[in-house]
Amino acid sequence: MATGLSKKIKALQFAFLSPDEVRRMSAVKIITADTYDDDGYPIEMGLMDLHLGVIEPNLRCRTCGGRVNECPGHFGIIELAMPVIHVGYAKEIKRLLQGTCRACGRKLPDAPSMRGDAFADTEDAPAAPVRREPKEERLCPHCHEVQQRIILDKPTTFRETGHKITPKEVRARLERIPDDDVRAMDLNPKFGRPEWMVLTVLPVPPVQVRPSITLDSGERSEDDLTHKLVDVLRINQRLRENRDMGAPQLVVEDLWELLQYHVTTYFDNQTSGIPPARHRSGRPLKTLSQRLKGKDGRFRSNLSGKRVNFSARTVISPDPLLSINDVGIPVEIARALTVPLEVTPHNQEIAKGLVKRGPAPGPSAAGTYQCGVNYLIREDGQRIKVMDKNSEACAELVAPGCIVERQLIDGDIVLFNRQPSLHRMSMMAHFVRILPHKTFRFNLCDCPPYNADFDGDEMNLHVLQSQEARAEAKVLMKVEEHILSPRYGGPIIGMLHDHITAAFLLTYQNPTFHRAEVTYLLSKLRFPTPPPAGVDKDGEPFWTGKQLFSLTLPKDLTIEFRSNIWNRCDCPPMNCKHDSFVVVEEGILKAGTIDAKAIAFQKGAILDAIARNNGMARARQFLDEMSRLSITAMGLKGLSTGIDDEDVPETARKEISKALSEVRVQVGELVEQYRQGKLEQMPGRSVEETLEVVVRRELGKARDTAGDIAGRYLGLENPAVILAKSGARGSMLNLTQMAGAVGQQSVRGERLLRGYYNRTLPHFARGDLGADARGFVSSNYKQGLSPTEYFFHSMGGREGLVDTAVRTSRSGYMQRRLINALEDLKVVEDGTVRNTAGTIIEYRYGEDGIDPTRSFQGAAVPLDEVIQGVLGRRAKPLVDMKGDLIGAPPVSEEEMDLLAEAQSEEEGEDEEGDDAATPEEGGGEFGGE
Amino acid sequence: MAEEKKAAGHEGFVDKIREIAGHAHVNLPPMVVTEISDHLKVVKPSPAEATKVIKEIVDRYRRAQVDSHESVGILAAQSIGEPGTQMTLRTFHYAGVAEMNVTLGLPRLIELVDARRVPSTPMMTVHVERKLRADREAVERIGLLIEVTTLPDVATVGTVVEELIVVITPRTDLMTARGVHRADIEKGLVENLDSRSFTLSNGSGSGEGRSFQIHLADPANAPKPKKDEVVDERPFKKLLEASEEAKGIRIKGVPGIKRALIKKEKDEYVIYTEGSALDGVLEIVGVDAARTTTNSVFEIYKVFGVEAARAALILEASRTLSEQGLGVDIRHLMLVSDVMTNEGDIRAIGRHGISGKKTSVLARAAFEITAAHLLRAAITGEADELKGVAENIIVGQPITLGTGAVNLVYRPPDAEVKAEE
Repeated sequence: MATGLSKKIKALQFAFLSPDEVRRMSAVKIITADTYDDDGYPIEMGLMDLHLGVIEPNLRCRTCGGRVNECPGHFGIIELAMPVIHVGYAKEIKRLLQGTCRACGRKLPDAPSMRGDAFADTEDAPAAPVRREPKEERLCPHCHEVQQRIILDKPTTFRETGHKITPKEVRARLERIPDDDVRAMDLNPKFGRPEWMVLTVLPVPPVQVRPSITLDSGERSEDDLTHKLVDVLRINQRLRENRDMGAPQLVVEDLWELLQYHVTTYFDNQTSGIPPARHRSGRPLKTLSQRLKGKDGRFRSNLSGKRVNFSARTVISPDPLLSINDVGIPVEIARALTVPLEVTPHNQEIAKGLVKRGPAPGPSAAGTYQCGVNYLIREDGQRIKVMDKNSEACAELVAPGCIVERQLIDGDIVLFNRQPSLHRMSMMAHFVRILPHKTFRFNLCDCPPYNADFDGDEMNLHVLQSQEARAEAKVLMKVEEHILSPRYGGPIIGMLHDHITAAFLLTYQNPTFHRAEVTYLLSKLRFPTPPPAGVDKDGEPFWTGKQLFSLTLPKDLTIEFRSNIWNRCDCPPMNCKHDSFVVVEEGILKAGTIDAKAIAFQKGAILDAIARNNGMARARQFLDEMSRLSITAMGLKGLSTGIDDEDVPETARKEISKALSEVRVQVGELVEQYRQGKLEQMPGRSVEETLEVVVRRELGKARDTAGDIAGRYLGLENPAVILAKSGARGSMLNLTQMAGAVGQQSVRGERLLRGYYNRTLPHFARGDLGADARGFVSSNYKQGLSPTEYFFHSMGGREGLVDTAVRTSRSGYMQRRLINALEDLKVVEDGTVRNTAGTIIEYRYGEDGIDPTRSFQGAAVPLDEVIQGVLGRRAKPLVDMKGDLIGAPPVSEEEMDLLAEAQSEEEGEDEEGDDAATPEEGGGEFGGE
Repeated sequence: MAEEKKAAGHEGFVDKIREIAGHAHVNLPPMVVTEISDHLKVVKPSPAEATKVIKEIVDRYRRAQVDSHESVGILAAQSIGEPGTQMTLRTFHYAGVAEMNVTLGLPRLIELVDARRVPSTPMMTVHVERKLRADREAVERIGLLIEVTTLPDVATVGTVVEELIVVITPRTDLMTARGVHRADIEKGLVENLDSRSFTLSNGSGSGEGRSFQIHLADPANAPKPKKDEVVDERPFKKLLEASEEAKGIRIKGVPGIKRALIKKEKDEYVIYTEGSALDGVLEIVGVDAARTTTNSVFEIYKVFGVEAARAALILEASRTLSEQGLGVDIRHLMLVSDVMTNEGDIRAIGRHGISGKKTSVLARAAFEITAAHLLRAAITGEADELKGVAENIIVGQPITLGTGAVNLVYRPPDAEVKAEE
């Protein structure tokens, strides 16, 4: 195995090819425009000349004698009959012509300098500083020649006071510029003389660059570049003939211009000002510039991103019994992916045994999967495919120095990735678990970092091939190393959905369990059954939910905080009526309900504390055990919610409809006031705007009232409410929309108003400004919406969908730009942040040199926690009255509502959006520009 | 005396913290030192306890330091870019003041990163000097000084075609509401009308409400039209011109401020403005320059310089993100702002800014406008030193960040012995 880098490229020097150099490097001069003769054999001195390299098997390169895959290809040359301008340099040539004397070639004093940036041509370029064309006659200070104005007639024609300067003349003038003056004009003559910008020879790329394709019909189809070169050759030939024959000036000039056109489009077929060269079918040709440019160009598609072997992709599905560090891999995939095993004297026998098994060994004696071997690479590099037939023979060939490509086994480390890869947690290292069935499987806690769900998502997997890569993956990329997010210094991997519901059911008001239940609960865990918490009146021993939960906690954990279900009551912590003050002492849950605030991703206080104080491995263990415990608890206690969970008593319904009809009347009154001009205008608002603001406020209030009325009948005994209050899924807003009223629909933040002339739908009178006519949905989801309401609701819904579609591309482009601008920054040894040029960007990273991942929600050190830990007392009370951990950014009530609303929208999108569009397909990570 | 003692105690902690940190070779920023000492002052530990606590804190601090060669740039870009997908696109939202629309969410973030000269909804928060803060009327007066008042806001402008005059009738009710006097209007008219084309005289009415009349001036005095300019001789055209011109006349206020709203915040009145003109507003007497700000980063740059612009960028970005309920560590925002302001002015993230100025040809070519960068590299004879990430990926070499930045050489013990021999 090659160790390290044998060669390293230190730098790349860009330069110009001089005509001489082009001649020197060319293997053959191309003069015929034909490619193949009737027998399909390349014509000599044609564009497919065998000196240019070979792309067909059984032929040898005439230059190097190599076969396909051995010969790298060689350049040829076309001698142009007359010089032509290189399109890419037309502007530069203009600058040089303008800045130098037309007679002696010396630099003029007012020569324009080079633009600081390279995008003068793009439309959105910032306006160039306006430079006045000199009005007076300019004289050359060296030879006193009168200078004239040069005009560039795009793309490649130069004019001087009306008459054309031929490329030949241009070249002659550029030749006259002395090296020193070239340097003074910001060019480097060492790497390219200006006259080389006018082409006299054209290099012909090797055939490997423009391979021809043989269609099924036996017909040959040539590459676009070859087509273009044929055009160039043809015109070049005619031009030469005509010129040599002494044809009329006009004819020669026309042909010259045609040659210029072909050479121009050969370089860039999207030059503005000239029609693009087209294929017979009318498709524009893809010439040199098009090959490089854009998302599918060489740079972004083939150089910045590369295709790999040893990778797999399939649908994902959940498995709560796997560790968060694991990934379940189907046997079929495990057999196709291999890890190279270097044979040494120490493992020779093992390797032999593996090879002997062949590529598809049956199950072991214990009935488990056994890995086989797909390839054996001998010391001389020969690759032998191991098959059932030859496995014995191959085994004999195994010797130290060989490499055995063995199939995956449990415990191998692999990279797992889901697109779009928006952050580093989108690609993490997992340990392999070979499992039956055909999907990749992983613990649900790993969903947030990948942003994955299981509605058909697919993910990619890569097998690491070198020891260094495996070591790095293990240390840096393992899932447990990414529990804390560098974005906000809190956990991004944590419990979600059912786990939280289960934790709630297990701990809220501390339910008790009998032996059978406890045995079942702990069946998936390796905990010994703890001593019972007590004996009930029938003499049966029982255990409590809090006790069972505590089993998963580290023994030194001490923490206090408010639960998610806290409704701002001010009961004493240890005896909270609502069981909403969590007290954990020495790893024992003394009081409180475990819900989203404790264990969920992004906010779980217990999870955060474990990851920080007990290490990542312990946090992983907690998550593994908690997912098992919660899934079994879920199976034991169960939770189901249905449409009747949103039932409210008849009296409440009446109350709601009364409130709603009241607001309707109220809105009617407001509209009436407005009509009569009695509405009091808000400062800085027109009367119309004022009406809208007031009406929207009233309708908003009405929805909340309806929600509150419904909410009175939705207590914590209601499963749907448990989901919302514990923070598992959904919000109270969702529930009140189901039980109370859906509320005002909006497009662009305003009440609906578009559709018909002066009205939204023909069901309403023109100019009706009332609640119903402008998109207020007073029904709730449970009752069902009226036809007009349904329509309005769809209007609002569509805006959400459009929004998502637009947002992904916009934010994708923003991120691409951010990454591009910041990718080279790093913290160097002295603690400063620098870019590649060595410029100091920050003297100390983040002003304190703290890694955000290791910070405590952004703070360098959780001072209170440390002081409490060392001294046992605190500087500030642990929990403020809002129930937030101190140090966490305060969230106002208003914001909470906003968040809830945003979340509910998001959830809606999740379900609808993913079915309709599958953004993970195609692998394009970022949207268009 | 007591205060002196306190100060001494405080100093004691600070010195102690510095000493312990120095021992551990940890360089604590002054802010952190003060914070620790503030906390300790509350807990009042014994000297031994204090040492223990400080040691623990310093140790934790040391462990939380960034590693060398950490790719903090990519970290920042991802931390800001990733939540972008979760942000709302809704351009308008209500921030504090229900009466005002402000761009928020993703569009605002893009706007900041783009370093736009003028934000799509410029807005200012104007605080008033301490002694006037609680006085609503005083604040309102300042608000009126800031908000632009145009002629139609305080007077009716009409034309009498038969007499070829424009009649401007001040409306006293509006004038008092806006704090405008007849003299102000007169001044505005005199200053803004071209006296060679128009003459001004008093019209009917009396006192504050007395109207103005604009007459067409004697054509003889009118400015000579330029050589090939076609002059429309019909006088009513001129009249219309006069009336339009009059309607556009600014009587008072800071140019650029379309509206000023006053809102009570805790125990003071704050002026929120639509439109932004930091330099103009700061000149108004009574404005508290220390706390008055704008959401136009570029204006802050012009008035206060880059450091202030950097702070403004961080503040605006972090406000935009937290308003959406997205937590992003401030260090990431700092880095982005530092990159944008590193050269002494504000540069955009993108091809016209930082990406276009990168040293590596390949990195620039891989980002946008590929061909132009390559062609240019050839004529100027540029060399790519392959120091950055993109260019090394292109040539297929390990990148220079993280583990790629260091080399580990293992020399087996026996080889070492041999080497020594």
